[in-house]
Amino acid sequence: MDKWTFGLTLMIVGIGGTFLTLWVLSLVVDVLKKFFPLSSGEGTPGKSA
Amino acid sequence: MFESIVSGLGGLTSGVAHLASAQGIPNLVMLAIAGTLLYLGVKKGVEPLLLVPIGFGCLLVNLPLSELMDQEGFLRTLYDAGVANELFPLLIFVGIGAMTDFGPLLENPRILLFGAAGQVGIFLTLMLALALGFPELEAVAIAVIGACDGPTAIYVASQYAPQLLGPISVAAYSYMALVPIIQPPIMKALTTEKERVIKMAAIKRSVSRETRLLFPIVVTVIGGLIAPKGLPLLGTIMLGNFMRESGVVERLTKASENEIANIVTLFLGLAIGATMEGNAFLKPTTLAIFALGFIAISLDTVAGVVFGKIVCALTGGKVNPLIGAAGISAYPMAARVVQTQGLRYNKKNHLLMHAAGANTGGQIGSVVAAAVMLSVLKGMGLI
Repeated sequence: MDKWTFGLTLMIVGIGGTFLTLWVLSLVVDVLKKFFPLSSGEGTPGKSA
Repeated sequence: MFESIVSGLGGLTSGVAHLASAQGIPNLVMLAIAGTLLYLGVKKGVEPLLLVPIGFGCLLVNLPLSELMDQEGFLRTLYDAGVANELFPLLIFVGIGAMTDFGPLLENPRILLFGAAGQVGIFLTLMLALALGFPELEAVAIAVIGACDGPTAIYVASQYAPQLLGPISVAAYSYMALVPIIQPPIMKALTTEKERVIKMAAIKRSVSRETRLLFPIVVTVIGGLIAPKGLPLLGTIMLGNFMRESGVVERLTKASENEIANIVTLFLGLAIGATMEGNAFLKPTTLAIFALGFIAISLDTVAGVVFGKIVCALTGGKVNPLIGAAGISAYPMAARVVQTQGLRYNKKNHLLMHAAGANTGGQIGSVVAAAVMLSVLKGMGLI
């Protein structure tokens, strides 16, 4: 494989893979928020939870 | 008797004699560079936690005939113990995870995509490095400077281009410190006055404790399944964050973000400085690496802001494109830059929470980008 094929492959799959992974993670967070909604007792801002 | 006195004195003067000879010129130059790093760290406050030990390591290794990087030398022992096997950057990641609040990101999970846009510079720089003639794995290691993430750059370089570890590490940390100087002109050049003053809606608190607790596990599992070669990076940062969010191992969390991170930072800095021996460091490739690192971080910012403009257009002007610049891993510096720039154009515009979300997205994005890259390389049979 020549270096341009290597570079282009890594660029396309790399950018695509990074976007795809983070998009999937964002969807999963949405699902988590649906399954575990904020309860009324958790409304006060705290350090992290 | 006289001869042995002369021989003994020869032992005391051999270091000076070496420095004064032609062989000592690279060491002299590196001693000046060590002094510059120490000056930047101490006097200018540029990443002092890293630049001070790196500068001192550089100073130690360039004093001639000290044998600190020879087999069983003190610095070689540190290098072998934690850099050659990637242990130190991973331990630092546990601390970073323990220090990071992913709350703003979880409030608006789609902002994670800014963390992906902020990594585009890595891949564009890869092409530039290849065009300059760097071999494939060296080009990958140099491109990862664009992750704006010191431990990730060190992790990849120590594995696949250990001969470039010194310049890559120094470039990565130097440019991270220069984010407040590099980013604002790019942000201004790529946005209109109208875009820069867009006010974003306040973030409402909507994330439960369970979601915060499950998030690091989900990232570890999904990231690990998609890009298993990067699991050490993802796993350690998420371990730190899980300990933080669990709230039941406060001692371990505190140790990770304080004692362990501090000790490892010292050892890591010294070991990196030890790779900056004159003959190995003073090469044209070092200059090329510094230039490519600058380009990588600039391209990250360009990609982030352009992505911000696209999102702004798609949402009918609800997103300020400036927050795209925070999609890099330099945390919390990039978020602060966005906040400062937002206030500069509209004194009542507080973008900090949105930028913090994008910035923590950039932290995950940089690790995911490196993980994806390594897994693709593995898939191609190159590692």
